[in-house]
Amino acid sequence: MLSRTADNLYWLARYVERAEYLARILEVTQRLTTLPLAYVGSSNEWESAVATAGCAHAFAAAYPEANEETVTDFLCFSTANPSSIRNCFEIARTNARAVRTALTVEMWDAINGTWLELKRFGNGPTSREEFMRFLRWVQENSLRFDGSAYRTMLRNDAYWFSRLGLYMERADNTARILDVKYHMLLPAHERVGGPLDYFQWSAILRSVSALTAYHWVYRESVKPWLIADLLILRDEMPRSLASCYENLVIYLDHIARAYGRQGPAQRQARAVRARLENSRMEEIFQQGMHEFIGEFIDSNNRLGGAITEQYLM
Amino acid sequence: MAAVAFDEMKGTDGTLRPAYGELSRWLSEVPPDVLDYRRREAEVLFRRIGITFAVYGEADAQERLIPFDVLPRILSAPEWDILRAGLEQRIKAINHYIHDVYHRREILRAGVVPEDLVFQNPVFRPEMNGQKVPHDIYVHIGGIDIVRVDAETFYVLEDNARTPSGVSYMLENREIMLRLFPELFARHRVAPVENYPDELLATLDSVAPATASADPSVVLLTPGVYNSAYYEHSFLADKLGIELVEGRDLFVKDDLVFMRTTQGPRRVDVIYRRIDDDFLDPLAFRPDSALGVPGLMSAYQAGNVTLANAVGTGIADDKAVYSYMPAIVKFYLGEEPILKNVPTWRCREQEHLGYVLDHLEELVVKEVHGSGGYGMLIGPKADRATVAAFRAKLKSNPRNFIAQPTLALSTCPTCVEEGVAPRHVDLRPFVLTGRDRVRIVPGGLTRVALKKGSLVVNSSQGGGTKDTWVLDR
Repeated sequence: MLSRTADNLYWLARYVERAEYLARILEVTQRLTTLPLAYVGSSNEWESAVATAGCAHAFAAAYPEANEETVTDFLCFSTANPSSIRNCFEIARTNARAVRTALTVEMWDAINGTWLELKRFGNGPTSREEFMRFLRWVQENSLRFDGSAYRTMLRNDAYWFSRLGLYMERADNTARILDVKYHMLLPAHERVGGPLDYFQWSAILRSVSALTAYHWVYRESVKPWLIADLLILRDEMPRSLASCYENLVIYLDHIARAYGRQGPAQRQARAVRARLENSRMEEIFQQGMHEFIGEFIDSNNRLGGAITEQYLM
Repeated sequence: MAAVAFDEMKGTDGTLRPAYGELSRWLSEVPPDVLDYRRREAEVLFRRIGITFAVYGEADAQERLIPFDVLPRILSAPEWDILRAGLEQRIKAINHYIHDVYHRREILRAGVVPEDLVFQNPVFRPEMNGQKVPHDIYVHIGGIDIVRVDAETFYVLEDNARTPSGVSYMLENREIMLRLFPELFARHRVAPVENYPDELLATLDSVAPATASADPSVVLLTPGVYNSAYYEHSFLADKLGIELVEGRDLFVKDDLVFMRTTQGPRRVDVIYRRIDDDFLDPLAFRPDSALGVPGLMSAYQAGNVTLANAVGTGIADDKAVYSYMPAIVKFYLGEEPILKNVPTWRCREQEHLGYVLDHLEELVVKEVHGSGGYGMLIGPKADRATVAAFRAKLKSNPRNFIAQPTLALSTCPTCVEEGVAPRHVDLRPFVLTGRDRVRIVPGGLTRVALKKGSLVVNSSQGGGTKDTWVLDR
């Protein structure tokens, strides 16, 4: 397979996943800002949304203030922000077109349909209702694309590279949420905030669509350290770091077997997975959760670099 | 010139021609709304297939479909036999001509084609002088544009010897027709075109360099997604089962061409390139080309890779050389040309110039290196002032112009708003030349001018396409 084809498939999946993640963050932020200040504290949720999206610097350069209007525009419709939802779909579709023959008809329909429909929303929503519809629409289209890939693609290297993109992006996204909100997830005796953080906690769970899953796993009211446990170590939780790395190892192994050669990417992925498997939440808290997440983000980036070098260029 | 256009169904006198017998009967039987319904169905199918994005403007990205007419254009077996023989003859002569110009130049020394036409032509490639190409084949894929003016006469309008496009429409049009009109097919025996991708691959395989393995690696080189023919490139690569590569996917090392794959570099033997000579290799041609592959020409000159079509074939598809094509056929093959040229006056020759100046009002005058209708005079449609201005231009530099009569192109029954009506058509058959033989799938791309009376078949100006049927005898 051409390296460029693999690269396009990888980034196609990454950008669709990123669009969905941005939509989730915004949905949750919208929800938090409708609560009375007494429930959520006085922090600027819009600023936090930009930080979680990983584009605080670019945003600060473009706008003087983070509020509903500026953040919505920047994260959803801006053409200046390379990772706005609009640009994610634009880039995804350009990638899809470039590898049209490596996609199934269903995948092409999904991404091309999304791209065509995107125009319907113009340069931004005219009302909050429409904005919420837009965010749902983004998530539904990501699901449709992911579902078409899962149900229609041949299980060969094309599929595996597209899955690698998905899980790399997902691991990065979950780690970012943890990185921005970690101070709210510390054990009770170390917490900085007050009991009102409850709404912040459930917001974190919502942003990875895990509120219901949480209750099924722990059968307890929402406790911050358990949220950290769920998002980092629980491999049954599809957006946890552990689950992402389980999948990354699986798909990298498929590729290595098909090509008859293991390489740095496989070793790097296994090392990170081993680290996650052998960790317990108490230790992570003791050694510092912030440092742990920072380290994870670094090693995830290293894996991205290794995959690129080994296969995509 | 015939005042009344020849209709391929009803001739000039209204007598039904045999090839259209079944179609005519069928048309009288189906209710008009069925035709209309099928027409809309065809549009839905084309959109689904994705053929729509063939003609995107990038900025507004409007979905545009090249209109498809559901009534087939039908050629009888004897008509096709003439066309096929003529096309084969013409493409052979073209290959001889290009080889000769880049080697012994006998045709120039014999004075059949003037030297300046070749050497002053910007598409002449000195790099190809004395260059050996596998089996002396230059034009592996040719698209010869044909028009018809009466029952017997087909003219060649243009030879496309560089990177002719449109074959994906030929294939898709047939697929759509087979799905929409099985009952119409059941009344005919229509020669298939679906084997075109196999014939093309066999052709490309057959011209692999001597150093290639028994199973040569063939790729299709595209300028990329922003090219207007990108749909066709990806369509063909898919049908041929070969990689669709861009310049950046290839690199040259020790005069060998490789593509970058997820399993490391892989040797490339034959490149079906759909990018122009100018952009092939920034080291040899335009240095600003980001589409090409640095070093490709040197690998090509070393004989380690075959380019299809070869470099420098532009010297055979220029308007200037067009008028010499009948002489070129005679010179190399010693045969009378089976397909005629449109009568052409070369203004560089004194007698011709005199005739042209006397008849400007009835002629079409074109610049020899021009394209896209620039610098053209359409005599019958121009006012006095325009003709006068053009006359001055023509006199000041006659070498730069040729003139042709305004042709009455044949018409075919076509679905238009007021029902079924005759519209003007042309035909582009695709001619494949490999080591072993010339392959032509029966048919080609028929383009139709959908506007009443219009002779312009270009899709940008209201032209559409039709499925082209060659009947079995």
